[in-house]
Amino acid sequence: MIVASSASIGGIFSYLTTAANWSGPSGFLHRLLQHVGYSGVTLLIAACISVPLGLLTGHTRRGGNLLTIAGNASRALPTLGLLTIFAVTIGVGIDAAIIPLLLLAVPAILVNTDVGVRNVNPTSVDAAYAVGMTPLQVLWHVEIPMALPLIVLGLRTAALQVVSTATIAAYVGLGGLGRYIIDGQGSGNFAELGAGAVAVASFAIVTDLTFRLAQTLVVSPGLRARTSTA
Amino acid sequence: MLLLTQTFTFTYHKVSDWQWVLNHMSLFWSLSITHLYLALTSVAIGFVIALPLGALAVRAPRTYTGVLSITTVLYSLPSLAVFAFLVGVTGLTDTTVILPLAVYALAILVRSVADGLTGVPDDVRTAATAMGYRPLRQLWSVELPAAMPVIIAGLRVATVASISLVTVGSLIGIGGLGQLFIAGENSDFITEILAGIVIVAALGVLCDGLLTFGGYLLAPWARRS
Repeated sequence: MIVASSASIGGIFSYLTTAANWSGPSGFLHRLLQHVGYSGVTLLIAACISVPLGLLTGHTRRGGNLLTIAGNASRALPTLGLLTIFAVTIGVGIDAAIIPLLLLAVPAILVNTDVGVRNVNPTSVDAAYAVGMTPLQVLWHVEIPMALPLIVLGLRTAALQVVSTATIAAYVGLGGLGRYIIDGQGSGNFAELGAGAVAVASFAIVTDLTFRLAQTLVVSPGLRARTSTA
Repeated sequence: MLLLTQTFTFTYHKVSDWQWVLNHMSLFWSLSITHLYLALTSVAIGFVIALPLGALAVRAPRTYTGVLSITTVLYSLPSLAVFAFLVGVTGLTDTTVILPLAVYALAILVRSVADGLTGVPDDVRTAATAMGYRPLRQLWSVELPAAMPVIIAGLRVATVASISLVTVGSLIGIGGLGQLFIAGENSDFITEILAGIVIVAALGVLCDGLLTFGGYLLAPWARRS
């Protein structure tokens, strides 16, 4: 067993360090760009839908319970099931893959945006109204800056989920780094399989670190002394 | 007209083939058992490790930050990547699925245990100490029960996530109900995929409900909130 594992890790290493595996349409660079592309587009669409909606429900303090239920329900749904059912009904490819990805990303951003705005200290909101701000000004100058770390946390959760699921989407024909895992599994090439795993894991860690950095950077200067983000 | 009827019967057959569902009840049953075994074993292992780690974390905040940063990184790793990597180490065994899922559960549960224990009011601790509880016994009979609602909340999240994630294991050839997705995708058979989604979601909801009910029984004082 130990011999087998050290041999396979050696295989992964040599797969990763072979120059030919980095270039061309099935090389790491191209697959990485594909993966970034799918994830970025999905996250952008999801953010355009969920951030305004979450700001609305958080600001008006309506619909929060419904969002929580929807958020919990979306966690119970198996991603692979959603991917395969859309692949069978719509057809294999990016159109079929992006819907399940959105279904995962939207609740994560929506719930965090809603909670972030809803939980802004009511004293600050009242003070803002008292100095004569309009509801839109309160949203823009008080609620959004104070909720921003949580909104970015929602984006981070969604980004990780999308990156992870885009990997699985290779099974229904999507490109990206998941291809190595699916193709390696299909052909019994464990070096390719493991190399894909290392590539996907590295990409996920970089994504997580980027968003974590963003989380600390978006804390408004006025709040920096008092709050700390986890 | 004839064409219309044909299309209709064709789609009907594809989307909800009840006869097929009825004929495969025993398959669903055995896949569900395997599925629950993989998912719940993972959560149980994660929980058993999370309890001492979380308890330690409250007493040593610096260790906690260290533990948390490791589990957060592990938590961010895509499940398929970890499964695929482990195939080379542990082979096509249950361990390949259980080990990563246990780590995911651990990442969620360490946080809940630590948060729950931190939330125990100081008065309660002081009272327990005054009554003569030794630290370990105090942790077990006073602090952990008081932290129960928060821990149960973490267990619910970890269990539902774990049940959903076991399906990914079928991509590398291990697992329970995820096999319905693979088989359904290969034969373009929607009923099979739908059945899988419904059963996985139902198992998630069922376990979530059982844990909520368990929490209701174990922490009667928290019922009002």
